[in-house]
Amino acid sequence: MLSSLAGVLFDGFAYGMLLFLLSVGLTVTLGMMNFVNLAHCSFAAVGGYCTVSVVNRLGWNFLAALPIAFAVGALVAVLLERTLFRRLYRRSDLDQCLFTIGIAFMSIAAFAWFYSTEPQSARVPSYLVGSFQLMGRNFVVYRLFLMLMGLAITAALVLALERTRFGAQVRAAVDNQRMARGLGIDVDRAFMITFALGGGLAALGGALAIEVIGLESTLPLSVILVYVLIVVAVGGLGSIRGSLVAAIVLGITDTAGKYYFPWLGAFLIYLVMVALLMWRPLGLFGKR
Amino acid sequence: MLSARNLDKSFGSLVVAQDVALELPKGARHALIGPNGAGKTTLINLLTGMLAPDSGTIVLDGADITHLKPYQRVHRGLTRTFQINTLFPRLSALESVTLAVLEREGAAHGWWRPLGGERAVIDEAAGILDSLKIPNRETRELAYGQQRLLEIALALATRPRVLLLDEPAAGVPKDESHALFSAIESLSDELTILFIEHDMNVVFRFASRIIVMVGGRILLEGTPEEVGRDPRVREVYLGSHARAA
Amino acid sequence: MANAKFHPLEYAFWACTLLPFVLAPNYLSLASQIAITALFALSLDLILGYAGIVSLGHAAFFGVGAYAAGLIAKHYWTEPLSGMLVAAAAAGVLGYALSHIVVRFRHLALIMLTLGFGLLLAEAANSASDLTGGADGLQGFHVPGVLGFKFDMFGRTAYAYALAVLFVAFLVARRIIHSPFGLALRGIRENATRMPAIGAPSLAHLRKAYTMAAVMAGAAGAVLTHTTSTVSLEVLSFGRSADVLVMLILGGAGRLYGGLVGAIIYMVARDQFSGVNPQYWYFWIGLLLVAVVLLLPNGILGGLSALRKKPR
Repeated sequence: MLSSLAGVLFDGFAYGMLLFLLSVGLTVTLGMMNFVNLAHCSFAAVGGYCTVSVVNRLGWNFLAALPIAFAVGALVAVLLERTLFRRLYRRSDLDQCLFTIGIAFMSIAAFAWFYSTEPQSARVPSYLVGSFQLMGRNFVVYRLFLMLMGLAITAALVLALERTRFGAQVRAAVDNQRMARGLGIDVDRAFMITFALGGGLAALGGALAIEVIGLESTLPLSVILVYVLIVVAVGGLGSIRGSLVAAIVLGITDTAGKYYFPWLGAFLIYLVMVALLMWRPLGLFGKR
Repeated sequence: MLSARNLDKSFGSLVVAQDVALELPKGARHALIGPNGAGKTTLINLLTGMLAPDSGTIVLDGADITHLKPYQRVHRGLTRTFQINTLFPRLSALESVTLAVLEREGAAHGWWRPLGGERAVIDEAAGILDSLKIPNRETRELAYGQQRLLEIALALATRPRVLLLDEPAAGVPKDESHALFSAIESLSDELTILFIEHDMNVVFRFASRIIVMVGGRILLEGTPEEVGRDPRVREVYLGSHARAA
Repeated sequence: MANAKFHPLEYAFWACTLLPFVLAPNYLSLASQIAITALFALSLDLILGYAGIVSLGHAAFFGVGAYAAGLIAKHYWTEPLSGMLVAAAAAGVLGYALSHIVVRFRHLALIMLTLGFGLLLAEAANSASDLTGGADGLQGFHVPGVLGFKFDMFGRTAYAYALAVLFVAFLVARRIIHSPFGLALRGIRENATRMPAIGAPSLAHLRKAYTMAAVMAGAAGAVLTHTTSTVSLEVLSFGRSADVLVMLILGGAGRLYGGLVGAIIYMVARDQFSGVNPQYWYFWIGLLLVAVVLLLPNGILGGLSALRKKPR
């Protein structure tokens, strides 16, 4: 009983880390510019498909493909931001929602066009395959890898935010955009770079997710987007800490739910979200 | 008529109101002045219920309204205007005032009756617009000064007993302010008015008593002459230059 | 004051809705679907276009109406008009209950809550397969016809039924919009902050609007059940909530006819495009959304009325 709990916590934590990577970019851009980007998971798909191409078509190592996925995701994000998204910063929530949903739809069509609608996979190095034994239980190696990657990136993010000047600028801009501008911070540039980082991280998440949740052309508007939105809303806009907590809670709840109450399906997740939002409409760590 | 005692409000470590007390007798013409950030609009928000005080009581005509919701206070006769026009952009001026009258009468629930049939309400609304010389156009097409007048019209439509005006003349160009001032001047003597204002000419013209607020606290209250003479007020506004002068 | 008289174009519009009987008799089942969806879109307009509540879970009420109608037909009686009224009332009860929560929130929390409620209901219906038939859907009942007219395979009766319900609901919606309550809703939409300051009990108004919209959506769902004699989980899906939102924005929210126009265009286009290759559909609808937001922020009807104003 205890060992199955350990298993659920382990898997849930790993899943949570994955959700965190997929969500962190969205929460920062939402917190900074209040720009609702429902095409966020398109970046995840970009990362996934990029990895598929690099590993399957070019024959490179999966680990080497990860930074490429990140870079491509960041690049696509910047392109979209510079050409299209910045025209909508002053528009209503609803307009931004619909616009980015439209972009997401178009990306789905593009992915299906180039890669077909079949689920894709990318070969993972052999040392990441299979499971290992601990305390008489099997744990999937890849999940451990996910956790370590997630923790490493979280640490890097926190360091960058707290210790670098750019990080300080981002924090200022998230806190109070007008004030930050008044202080001479180039908010637009900070936002562009943040958007790129967010897109890159989502792409990285998408690449890492292939093994766990698969990759299909409908990823941009799948239930993953719903989970990402839940993480962001429950965690609080603009709060990286909030996303981390919310993602882990969501990951563990989802895994526990599927393990202990399979007949409930995703009911538990949605119930928890609704309850949490009613208690804290601005998110656990939100401030506005 | 309206009194408040021991009003406190803080946002974390930021104290926006501290032990604020207020007494508005019926028919008062009180002005609330103070530097930016003194907490004047916050006080209005506290009095109207848009902001809940951490402690303190607010009494309107003998009844404790501290825990009433904002819209309930309006029905008791406590109304405010906003410093920045808070109007209904795509409603016409007539529709806006009609809505206010309907809400006052509790008639805005009716969903089966045609609006055009509410003759008495519409006539009353038209009358208010007429008295303030506001043309019936879409709100966003009105001139700024006319919009400020519409702010007041909306407040008047609620038949207030106490009116809180938040910088009624703010941003109104000189050529349009005359209409605004004559409108304020013609307000009934039965009406109890507290208005926030920065323009000292307006204050001395309309106010019978002045309340000075600084840093969330009431500094002093008195007649215009008393306040004008008080050295603390001059220091707050003019700094040390006042003492040297 | 808002013009409550019927504009000549409106007569023309409703006359055109009769054309499918004559001009496109092979497409009457599509026409029924469009009429049903148009009613659903109209109900969303009531809360989105007029009261400003952004809901990503409106299909909850459509689905509840559909399932209620199906359960009534299966276990109790198959007369559709009374069944529809009961089903719509059931949806209304749910709407009233949820409204107490929904109206207290704005922005992202509101979007996520409505989304959450919709998803919860869909999951519940999926799990409660004893009642709803689960993933297989509710089957085993047949609604023979309405008012003595049989639901035939040409779909004439179905379209007439759907169109009639749509028209009656439209007249009701029109009355609501041009009533004092309608003005109050527009006031909330135009400036929610000002409303309490003029003594308006905004939350009570919003709850009422939300309930009305739920009743209307429930009626639409019931009509779908009656005309197809089946209920599938799809009626509660996020896809349906999202589609109707897109349709309403496409046509233009807050203009009464926006949902109707949007539904017609969207569903005709989808019917034409997705037959060939579903991916094309995704691309074109995406492009359309992007174009509408960038170029026609008030939807197609908004664009048309802006064009009419230009020569002035």
